[in-house]
Parts: sequence; C-alpha cells; structure tokens
Amino acid sequence: MAASTLFEKIWTSHVISDLGDGFALLHVDRHILHDLNAMKSLVELRERGYAVRNPELTIATPDHGVSTLPGRNIDTVPEGAALLRGYLEETRRAGIRSFDMNEDGQGIVHVIGPELGLTQPGTLFVCGDSHTCTHGGLGALGFGTGRSEVIHVLATQSIYQKKPKQMRINFNGTPGKGVTAKDLILYLIGQIGADGGNGHAVEYAGSAINAMSVEGRLTICNLSIEFGAKVGMIGPDDTAYDYLHGRRFSPAGANWDRAIAHWKTLPTDAGAKFDREIDVNVANVGPQITWGTSPQHVISVNDVVPDPATAGDAARRDAMNGALDYMGLTPGQPIAGTPIDWVFIGSCTNSRISDLREAGAIARGRKVKPGVSAWVVPGSQQVKQQAEAEGLHEVFKQAGFEWREPGCSMCLAANGELMPRGQRSVSTTNRNFEGRQGPGARTHLASPSMAAAAAIEGAITDVRKMMV
Amino acid sequence: MEPFIRLTAVAAPLLTPNINTDVLIRVEPMIKVPKGKLGPYCFEAWRYLPDRSENPDFILNKPAYRSAKILLAGLNFGCGSSREPAVWALADMGFRCIIAPGFGDIFFNNCFQSGMLPIVMPVETVEKLAKLAQSQGDLAPDFTVDLERQVIVTPSGEDIAFRIDALKRRALLDGLDDIGVTLAAKAKIDAFQANDLAQRPWIYRY
Ligand code: SF4
Repeated sequence: MAASTLFEKIWTSHVISDLGDGFALLHVDRHILHDLNAMKSLVELRERGYAVRNPELTIATPDHGVSTLPGRNIDTVPEGAALLRGYLEETRRAGIRSFDMNEDGQGIVHVIGPELGLTQPGTLFVCGDSHTCTHGGLGALGFGTGRSEVIHVLATQSIYQKKPKQMRINFNGTPGKGVTAKDLILYLIGQIGADGGNGHAVEYAGSAINAMSVEGRLTICNLSIEFGAKVGMIGPDDTAYDYLHGRRFSPAGANWDRAIAHWKTLPTDAGAKFDREIDVNVANVGPQITWGTSPQHVISVNDVVPDPATAGDAARRDAMNGALDYMGLTPGQPIAGTPIDWVFIGSCTNSRISDLREAGAIARGRKVKPGVSAWVVPGSQQVKQQAEAEGLHEVFKQAGFEWREPGCSMCLAANGELMPRGQRSVSTTNRNFEGRQGPGARTHLASPSMAAAAAIEGAITDVRKMMV
Repeated sequence: MEPFIRLTAVAAPLLTPNINTDVLIRVEPMIKVPKGKLGPYCFEAWRYLPDRSENPDFILNKPAYRSAKILLAGLNFGCGSSREPAVWALADMGFRCIIAPGFGDIFFNNCFQSGMLPIVMPVETVEKLAKLAQSQGDLAPDFTVDLERQVIVTPSGEDIAFRIDALKRRALLDGLDDIGVTLAAKAKIDAFQANDLAQRPWIYRY
C-alpha cells in the first residue's frame, strides 16, 4: 500500500460516499453542541421536519454564554438566560447528553472533549466552532462548521467536505527558557501569515512536538485556524495513549486494547507526501506577543513595534496602519514596557491545568500591580477542581487575581464579561481581532506565564526576567 | 435556499486583507438579532462612529456603493470564527457575491449554504475589477456575475472566467436542501455505521 498520512487514513476510513472532484460525504463520530448554537440548531432542525439521527454521538455543554462569576446561576447574566434555558430544554428534548452549568464535566467544548476522553485518535470530530481543530492534538480529525452544517450533522451524522491539501510543519529542537507551545505557534503564524494554511489540513511533527505534553499539543492545534488551517493534527503516540488511559469516556477493558491496536496504525507513514512542508527551528524562538489586530501581527517580546512602511503593498500597509491606530501604538516603540489594564488567563487555548501551573509559578509570592484587573478562568470543572486540589487558586487569589468559574468569558465577551473601550489586555486567548474582548478593547496575545508576568509588572514584560 | 443563477449589480471595492468574521458581525447582535435583520450590524465597528452616526469615509456608506450586491474583497476574507451569521449579515446588507483572492475555509463553505457566491480570483484580477468599479460621483458601474456560464462581465462587456466546483455550482443553481439529498441515501449511512460498529465498537458504546 502506498505511504499515507494521518489525515488521509482518517479521511478515507470515514467516507460514506465519494462524490468525485475531491468531495465526499464523511461520517461524524463525535459532535459537540454549545450554548450559542444548540437551541437555534435544534429548533430549526425540528421545524424543518428532521430529527437527531444519533443523539448518543452528540454531547453538549454551555460555555460561551455562561457567567464565570463565582456562585453563578442561569440568571446571573440576564440577557443570556433565555439562551441558556432554550439550550437546556432543547438538548433534553433531543436526548443529548449535556454537562450543565455547575455539573462535573462542564467547560469549554475544546477543553472537555479531550479531558473526558471523548476526543480520541482517528475520530472525526466536529463542532460549530472554528477552534475544533484543537482536538487534532490527540490525533483526531477535528474541524469547525457553520450553523447549516451543524444541522446537517444532527440530521444525518455526516458532513460533506472537499478534501483539502496537506501541509506538514516540523518543529525541531528544544525551546529556550520561558518559551511554550503558545509561543511556537504564534511565531509560526507570524512567519507564514494569517492565511498561510488556507485550504490545507496541517500535521505538526518534529522533535519538539514529540517531546511535548498532550496539553501543549492541544494549544498548538488550537491556533491552526488562526493561520487559516481548518484542521491541525498530531500523530498519536505513547504520550497520547497515556493521557487517554482511564478517562471517563475512553475505551476500557478489551476495547482499550482494540482501540490501541487501531490507533497504532494511524501515524503518517515514512515517505508519505505533503503538498507543502515547513521546518521551524524552535531554538530561535523567544516569548511572543502580538502588537496588532491579526494573530500574524506578532513579535518577540524584546522587539519593537514594526513600521507599516516596510509592508509589501498598499493594502497591507493600510491594514497595519489601521491596526496600530486601533491598538494605540507607534512604529519603532519597544513593545515591552507598554502599560496594560487587564490580564485574562483562560480560553480553549490556555486554560488547562498545565497553563495554570505555568501562570501560577510566576504569580506565586508576587502581587498584581495596583490598577490592573487580572482574571483566571479555568477551562473546565475538572481543571478547576485539580487546580484547587493543588492550591493554585490560593496562589492566584493571594497575588490579587480573580479566581472564576469555567467558561469562555473574556475570550469572546459573549456573556457580558468584557473590557471597556480603549483598555489594553494581555490575554492567553487566540484572537486579537478588533472588538473581540469588547468594542474598542485592545488585546495582546501571549502565553500564560507572559500574561501572569504582565499582571505583576502592570506592563508587557519579558517573563524570563521573573524565572530562576 | 434561494438559487443563484445570474446577478447584475454594483460592485463595492474593500480590499483590506484578513477581514475576519468578528468584524462582519460582532457576537452580541449575532446572538440577539434574528437572521434577516442583521444588515445594520454588518461591519458595525467600521460603518458607524462611536456616537452611532454613519462614518462617511467607509466605502459601503458612500452613495455610489449603497446598492452594491457584489463585494470585491482582499486576501483571506472571512477568516476567524465559524459563525454563519457573518454570511447572513452580508446577505442582509444586500450582498449576493464576494470576489476575493482567498477566503477563510469555513466562511467559504458557509457562503454556499445561504446562496452567497464566493469567487476566488487572482489578486491582480481583483485589483483590476476594483479599478473598474470606481465611481463617478454618486454613480458606480454595474457588473454581471453569471454562474450558468461561470463568467464575470465587466462594465465594458469583457468576460472574465471563473470556476466553481461542479457540485457546489449545481447546488447554488438549483437552491438544493442538502439534508433532503443526504437522507434520500440514508441506507448508505446505515450500512457505514453497521460495518463501523463491528470495527470500532468503542465509538458507539461508551
Ligand atoms: S474559549 Fe474563546 S475561542 Fe475557545 S471556544 Fe470559547 S469563545 Fe471560542
């Protein structure tokens, strides 16, 4: 048999019918609904006269619209209460397993999939959310879909897709001090641009990926969509199997052995061909921070804000000028030392236990600068419980951070948790788009430890100065 | 879904690269405002000044382009979130066709679900079209987009060919409901799952 890639193997084994021209109808193994799409999708499905084909392959959790205020309930955000009630009613009516607001298992869709063992190597995983690429960190083929596709999946447990091209990105070497998975992927986006992966399924490989924890891999895959790749994935290995063993919905008993045998057939064969291949030497990467309004607007923390005069063409120059204007920055100014008002540690990019440990190591024994609002929002109930068992919540609280309930919170500001116009944040999220954290709010993306360091300094700062 | 066959309309040039779906529709109106009424919220942050008055400098506010149904866009248009209301908001503003050097992959898929035609053209062609779309005072010229023939007809009558995947083109021309089509072949899904259950029981029983 010809050498084949991880992506190809999963794609081929999920084809229900081949429609020619690269199009196929694919089987969906796992589908997650969230509070922003569940009610409207399920109502429309019903109104069009269809039923959920496989409710047992669908799960749901409220994350985008829930308050993260300690002691929250369904009415904490009054404008969101109708949406949450509709969510509860419709998921129940359709027989879909929901992990409700204050129930074990609740959390951000892309955090709970892996931690519950619902995300598995070789599964085709979809969700009406672009960061579904995250699940590729465990060797799943995951991608985000629009509302119409969600309804199609609910009705048919399948989805039409055109086969994308394939790209492999090799991260080789050992990252330096203070350099995390988040820095590696932000650096890559800066190199190849916000559209560098358009039309491609991306596989990450190389010695830095092999040595990386599953949580780091999930962070890497999470940002695939930020350079246009709908799919980002990593070949499953012992690190992935160890992570999945014994999780709530992981295969167990005889099925575990059968699953492992299957998973071991999945990694890309030697000699398999990619349409494009990129090598990154991670030893050259420093802690990253964004300066503009696209994830490609990223620099090393010791660099200066770039000059639009260096842009290739007029449209790019205008875009850079617009971004600088929005962000209130001047070309040539060092990014370090820029004062900030907010720090947000959370989101499906960086709200897992390892992220909180990294941020906690910086916060421990230090104080948040007066005037800075700093939030830690764990990605799930499970992350929150684990962090509390380790005493991390006390570390954060003593330093002056707010310790909150699981949800998307200020990543998207869909639940009313937003930053005032003109204020500036360092956030561990994935999008520094205009208005993302609130109209007129200015977002700088960085790693959890860089965000914690910014909270302490009250300004963008090189975290390595705070590391022993 | 409303079929797309042929369209003659003004084309508005907005070539900023990487326009993301958060810019097309912010999250609050996306949640609160129903499909069909999203037009006023499309490009909200750019169309209005902080006091909610219209920004006269924004291209889509200029009298010549208010009736535009074709958008000439920049690289990576519609990148970011999967939110389909980004397409609905453009549709509610009157757009039926977007011509750009490239699109966000999820946005591109979403377009076809709402009868919006996304056409990929080389950068130079989009720039040329943008020049041809320049207004004289309050008047901008008409272009025709013909999906049947797969050509854009410029104001001077020149044909510029484009290509849409045959399957997607058919669906747009006919305004198909793809769930109906898929369920007509339900036996294939049943057979796939029966076979797969034997191979990977842990996917179905957990
Ligand atoms: S944390 Fe942010 S990016 Fe992730 S799913 Fe929630 S809103 Fe989307």
